[in-house]
Amino acid sequence: MTRLYDEERLGVLLRLLRPAPMGWVRAAQELPDARRTFDEIVARAEADLAFRKALIADLEQALSAEGYEPDRRILDEIRERLSES
Amino acid sequence: MSRYASLSDAELVRSCREGVSEAWNELVERYSRYVYAIAVRGFRLSDEDAEDVFQDVFTRIYTRLDSLRDDSALRPWIAQLTRRRCLDALASKGREVPADDVLAGEETADLTEVEEAFTIREALSGLPDACQDILDRFFTRDQSYKTIADELEIPSGTIASRIARCLKRLRTELEETE
Repeated sequence: MTRLYDEERLGVLLRLLRPAPMGWVRAAQELPDARRTFDEIVARAEADLAFRKALIADLEQALSAEGYEPDRRILDEIRERLSES
Repeated sequence: MSRYASLSDAELVRSCREGVSEAWNELVERYSRYVYAIAVRGFRLSDEDAEDVFQDVFTRIYTRLDSLRDDSALRPWIAQLTRRRCLDALASKGREVPADDVLAGEETADLTEVEEAFTIREALSGLPDACQDILDRFFTRDQSYKTIADELEIPSGTIASRIARCLKRLRTELEETE
């Protein structure tokens, strides 16, 4: 069945889908890069015992010392991964 | 506009699986308003909770894209992921969560409107760029006639009539696609 829209209703519906904050969209678009960083850190932690111990002792400092700048979500995931193994 | 903007959802999903970063950017662009609207309109989450849900939903989409059985069913899959994460967010805050994923009447009404709004937005993408731009500026970015006129370098006295013409085209587009 064809639904008929008047201009007022179209305006109401158009207003519903407002842009998400630009920073949120950018962070989501950068996910593939963030995932690659996560995989790289986890692989290094599995292969390098000293790096792994440094991560467990002070995650943020250890990553910063190695030149990584991962976001909070990646930090949480690495913490979770380290606590699992 | 990215060349991926014209792809169907199924084509976009396939390109994302092949690791094409432009395709992923387009998927996020295409669905960011939708996920945001479900979180803030459908579930009335705070900005902080909505941001967590938003990022988590896109992380799940990215990491679980291989588990999507029907590539053309991207939208209902994203809707389901988003609703579940919103319910989790409400539960973690101790807010009352409808049992068994059954939403309260008011929330259902808002979610139905979000779905309808997405359909309108899809129809909007069939309009000329100039129409898409002016309707988006006026209705979703709340720009004044003056701001629109200044930024598009057109007389402010013509803005109202341009908006009316574009709304009429949008109606026609909707009637033709239904």
